[in-house]
Amino acid sequence: MHGKALPYLLLMPATLFLCVFFLYPFVLVAFEALTRDGAFTLDNFRAMAGSWKFPVTVRNTLLLAAIVVPIQLVMALLMASVVSRLETGRSAALYIFAIPLGISDLAAGLIWLAIFDQSGFLNTLLAHLGVVDRPIMFLGYQSKLTIFIAVALAEIWRATAIMMVILVAGMGLIPKEYYEAAEVFGAGPWKRFVRITLPLLRPSLQTAIILRVILAFEVFAVVAALGGTNLPVLMGETYNWQFTLQDRNVAAASALLILAISIGFTLFFLRVLRVPKEARI
Amino acid sequence: MAEIAIKGVAKRFGGFTALHQVNLAIADQEFMVLLGASGCGKTTLLRIVAGLETPSQGEVWIGGRRVDHLPPRERGIAMVFQNYAVFPHLTVFENIAFGLRMKKLPQADVERRVNRTAELMHIEQLLKRYSGQLSGGQRQRVAVARALAMEPDVILMDEPLSNLDALLRLEMRAELKGVLAASKTTTIYVTHDQVEAMSLADRIAVMHQGRIVQAASPVEVYRNPAARFVGSFIGNPPMNFIPATKAGNGSWSVAGLTLPGPKSDKQKIEFAIRPEDVDAGSEGLHATVRVIEPLGPHTLVTCDVEGGLFRAILESNASVKVGEQLRLAPKPDRVRWFDPETTNAL
Ligand SMILES: Nc1ncnc2c1ncn2[C@@H]1O[C@H](COP(=O)(O)OP(=O)(O)OP(=O)(O)O)[C@@H](O)[C@H]1O
Ligand SMILES: [Mg+2]
Repeated sequence: MHGKALPYLLLMPATLFLCVFFLYPFVLVAFEALTRDGAFTLDNFRAMAGSWKFPVTVRNTLLLAAIVVPIQLVMALLMASVVSRLETGRSAALYIFAIPLGISDLAAGLIWLAIFDQSGFLNTLLAHLGVVDRPIMFLGYQSKLTIFIAVALAEIWRATAIMMVILVAGMGLIPKEYYEAAEVFGAGPWKRFVRITLPLLRPSLQTAIILRVILAFEVFAVVAALGGTNLPVLMGETYNWQFTLQDRNVAAASALLILAISIGFTLFFLRVLRVPKEARI
Repeated sequence: MAEIAIKGVAKRFGGFTALHQVNLAIADQEFMVLLGASGCGKTTLLRIVAGLETPSQGEVWIGGRRVDHLPPRERGIAMVFQNYAVFPHLTVFENIAFGLRMKKLPQADVERRVNRTAELMHIEQLLKRYSGQLSGGQRQRVAVARALAMEPDVILMDEPLSNLDALLRLEMRAELKGVLAASKTTTIYVTHDQVEAMSLADRIAVMHQGRIVQAASPVEVYRNPAARFVGSFIGNPPMNFIPATKAGNGSWSVAGLTLPGPKSDKQKIEFAIRPEDVDAGSEGLHATVRVIEPLGPHTLVTCDVEGGLFRAILESNASVKVGEQLRLAPKPDRVRWFDPETTNAL
């Protein structure tokens, strides 16, 4: 009895903390989203969905996630495979790859703004090479596509490392003997990756993907820095409702929507990448 | 045709030399057993043949092809790992089928081979389970089945029966011997169980501290050990050794007995005899009985001879008592002699 209770007891402080600083505000936000002037209503959600910007923001956010996350996943897998195989300098490589992690998303947005700006690196470079005579407006309001690409690039640059770090840790947990057995029984490098690494990496893949997808739906500062209002996303709209339009109730509704989407995807990946208990390492 | 040649193979791990200049030739379809104490380099040698370890020096040839620069999958081998390496994310069926799927065999063939080898290893009722739901011995049999299913030219087995109970082990041993004799496979089989080695091997290679001390048929290894170590390692109880001093040209004095022996310039050599090769009688080595252990068919008698331990296996009706003085007569054709400096047979 005592032995069984101990872990829960140890989790108590963290649970309390979560209740006070997360659950309570969450209830407040949910309450705000579902009421107006003290009366229960769904008007806030109607107002949010009724805005002409709403379909665009949803589309942009989903599209960004759908493009950025798979690219990041492939890159992170590739980088993690390379790093895991290094005999020497493994931690050095890990640190270098992880540098973007130490930079806040706003700073990351500003760095990429410095690259794509009218007087930025890219234009200077192109001018020096004689490719262009006049600086190009990469991030102007008519060039939605370049803005989108710039945001995607910045996001990939900024947040691939977090996935890679998780995957490197996961790969380190796979015993070498399975690779040896696979190799003896005829699996080349690609087959070993597909038949051994990927299945045995599922728990780490799950963590990495869920974390990254949630972050993708919360994308805000990078988009704000690079696109301003030219590439509206869900988080930006929430901000707008709260601070520009001064409507806390709709902002709360919008925040709840992001939460719902995040929870939905989390459950989806938990289910899809589930490892049956008996098949674990 | 898959003969194996190991030529001058050495392996160093940092400053530690695990294998010194190993030479071994294994004929096509031969059953070669590597026998030796824990840590003598058996697994290391097997892994070098498999290609999982690169030799620091030397060459490995399989079927007339030099393979030491080839990856394991191009060597035409299958292997049973000492720690099984049964894939945790695949069922027993898929584990056994793994190599066959890599070879892109048709599903019907895969099923036929998996079912047959599973039956052979008595694991046909476990095919749907995962590795995590198996006992150590069951896992080990999956590892063996996975290798057998490949029907390879060369099969490498690292203590494949070590985790089975005595009865099952006996049965599996016979099964393995039958299957491997029927298939045209060349086998290298690692074990530290000498009974297993004796019963399976065409030839036994006895290893000691990274060297092969003797490679010969089981009877030869037992009867004519090439070195003192082989005599002391093989046989239960092992060979007895008694110091011998020169008594004349080709005759030696051993524990109060003068015996004909090798002609040598040395003053001191070692006399050796197996415990079952002495008879209690009126003539022989002077021995004082210390311990008597009746074993059923025989009685194991431990004595003092020249201040050293000496074990004799006597008829169980021999009535000996502790403290008694015995005369143990060695059978002349079973006496062996060793050089105490080189430890080699004379
Ligand atoms: N990767 C390694 N690095 C350093 N030393 C090693 C390595 N692998 C093996 N050794 C050493 O080489 C020697 C031989 O090891 P090996 O595994 O071949 O022994 P073994 O004969 O198979 O023993 P066992 O019967 O216990 O399995 C041992 O002393 C071991 O400590
Ligand atoms: Mg071993």
